[in-house]
Amino acid sequence: MKSSALIETKEWLAAQRWLLPILILIGFGLAFAIPEYGLFNKYVQLVMMYVGINIILAASLNLVNGYMGEFSLAHAGFMALGAYTSALLTMKVLPVAEYPGLFPLAVLAGGLVAALFGLIVAVPSFKTRGDYLALITLAFLMIVKSLIENIDVIGGPRGIPGIRKLTTLPWVFFWTVLSLWVIRNFVYSKYGRGVLSIREDEIASELMSVNTRRVKFLAFTLSSFFAGIAGGLFAHLLQFISPRVFDIIKSTDVLIMVYLGGIASLGGSILGATVYTVLLELLRPSTVGALLSWLPDMLFDPLNEYFIRHLGVWRMVIMPLALVLVMIFWPRGIMGLREFRWFVPKRDLDAHQHQHHAERENPHDASHRQ
Amino acid sequence: MSEGIVYWLQQLLNALQLGSIYGLIALGYTMVYGILTMINFAHGDVFMIGAFFCFLAAVYLGLPFAPVLLLTMIGTALLGVAIERLAYKPLRHAPRVSAIITALGVGIFLENFTLALAPYPKHIPALLENTNWNLGGVSVSSLQIIIICLSLGLMFLLDYVVHRTPVGMAMRAISWDKTFVPLMGVPVDLVISVTFAIGAGLAGAAGTMYGLAYPVIDPYMGIMVGWKAFISAVVGGIGNIRGAMIGAFILGGVEIFVAAFLPSTYRDFVAFALLLVLLIVRPYGILGSPRIQKV
Repeated sequence: MKSSALIETKEWLAAQRWLLPILILIGFGLAFAIPEYGLFNKYVQLVMMYVGINIILAASLNLVNGYMGEFSLAHAGFMALGAYTSALLTMKVLPVAEYPGLFPLAVLAGGLVAALFGLIVAVPSFKTRGDYLALITLAFLMIVKSLIENIDVIGGPRGIPGIRKLTTLPWVFFWTVLSLWVIRNFVYSKYGRGVLSIREDEIASELMSVNTRRVKFLAFTLSSFFAGIAGGLFAHLLQFISPRVFDIIKSTDVLIMVYLGGIASLGGSILGATVYTVLLELLRPSTVGALLSWLPDMLFDPLNEYFIRHLGVWRMVIMPLALVLVMIFWPRGIMGLREFRWFVPKRDLDAHQHQHHAERENPHDASHRQ
Repeated sequence: MSEGIVYWLQQLLNALQLGSIYGLIALGYTMVYGILTMINFAHGDVFMIGAFFCFLAAVYLGLPFAPVLLLTMIGTALLGVAIERLAYKPLRHAPRVSAIITALGVGIFLENFTLALAPYPKHIPALLENTNWNLGGVSVSSLQIIIICLSLGLMFLLDYVVHRTPVGMAMRAISWDKTFVPLMGVPVDLVISVTFAIGAGLAGAAGTMYGLAYPVIDPYMGIMVGWKAFISAVVGGIGNIRGAMIGAFILGGVEIFVAAFLPSTYRDFVAFALLLVLLIVRPYGILGSPRIQKV
């Protein structure tokens, strides 16, 4: 009985689509209020900003890796391009000290430069797929990193220190919502269907007159654009960037978020990025110590001595292990191929329900669906 | 001999040494790919573990070179089988992306696990007496000769195993057709485990020799070397054993000669640019054959 009540509540909630814009407005208000009135301490605010940036990264990578079914390792490279472009702009070109309102321009420029390079990566994807395309994206990442290391004007391997801290909670919230909105609209557009058809069967979709080249161009460009945006925000939050920050580990982090959350699902990317970021922060010795500080000293001290103190090293062991376990026992991730119903356009929901009914009435006729 | 030729011969020798280490690792990548069409991204880290096994055997057991090499190879072979059984086997019928992610995860796990146990770089003691000969101006060390000869020996042994023995025949059969070969009574699971054991064992040998040639080892050393070995395998045509050896020597040569002309920071750049150009021009490698996609 209880579970049916739960399902009913869920169904009712899913039908209240008008809540989404209101929730976004409330979120925006909170994003201004939290730093203004210090509702949470600085550390929690920092984690919230990282969550936002990671959501942008995961959602944009999901476009290529989830919806299109390719395997790109280049995301950290696009991030690096966005980060360096925007950091150089705010440090050398734009007078952000007098006009902090110019910051989004720098971030936008970072996104555009990354998008331009996304075009370059899209070209080999016309002919290659799967593992070999994964390698091309990897080579791209390594080449970007190696080029930055070899250009001394932008700091070479030493990186750029002393970037202004311009990334604020409202800006992160704004860019996160914007990127989710754009990617959501793209995915449910005509081109979005093209992206999905490429994942299912590229040759068949070409025969059905999908312009696969244009679709791939768009998907790669959009994905790298938002990776660049995230890079710009990241640079102005961390205040220091170097080629080492954007290595293969960074790409792997985003991959984990995408697959943990589930492919081809924006809701999944939001959950994956949030869960991964928060879990990694929770495993920090200082966080665990603070969370357990209510324990009496008699219990806390040995726990600290043998367990909490060592977490700093072991948390990076626990995370990949968790990833492997998720892949084996839960290969679809949290939301795999499902979606928050608020994100799905009304017409798609209706069409889906039609198909559902048709299948129920005529099971032998049912076309194969995911 | 003129100075120019001496310099080139010296670099050629260095290239052979680097290429033979890449080759041993590349074989593991290419064998696993040939049989499972899966990129085993954790393989570079198995190489790193090999170097650490070598360190353990040399320092804590105080063994000489031959037993150290043997123990390391056995150790990494067991590790390879364990990884395959625990992490990859449950995913054999899952989407291929899951296997790739899992392999990446296993790699990061091995790196950070080693880092947690050994936070500082380790120094492998000299296991072999190193004598330098001067052949007409070219300086040749006994270590270089041993590394090159041993690697070539292992490569030819593997080539023999794959092309002339029943196990090798089973491997080639499985990579040819995964559906019907099991029906012919070939123990697929066993053959796959043997493949992983051989690949990881060779990576262990490579780890030992790398540790002797460049004695300071750290948990992240496997990443770059692993990628380079993987590039070698792709350059030669992944899945093709002889191709992997050729690719490794080409890449070793390119890296050494790039470092001779340009600042050494350009080495990775050139290696990956080579990969990029090759993948676009000849995506199936030097000895590989193009896969025809059927509708």
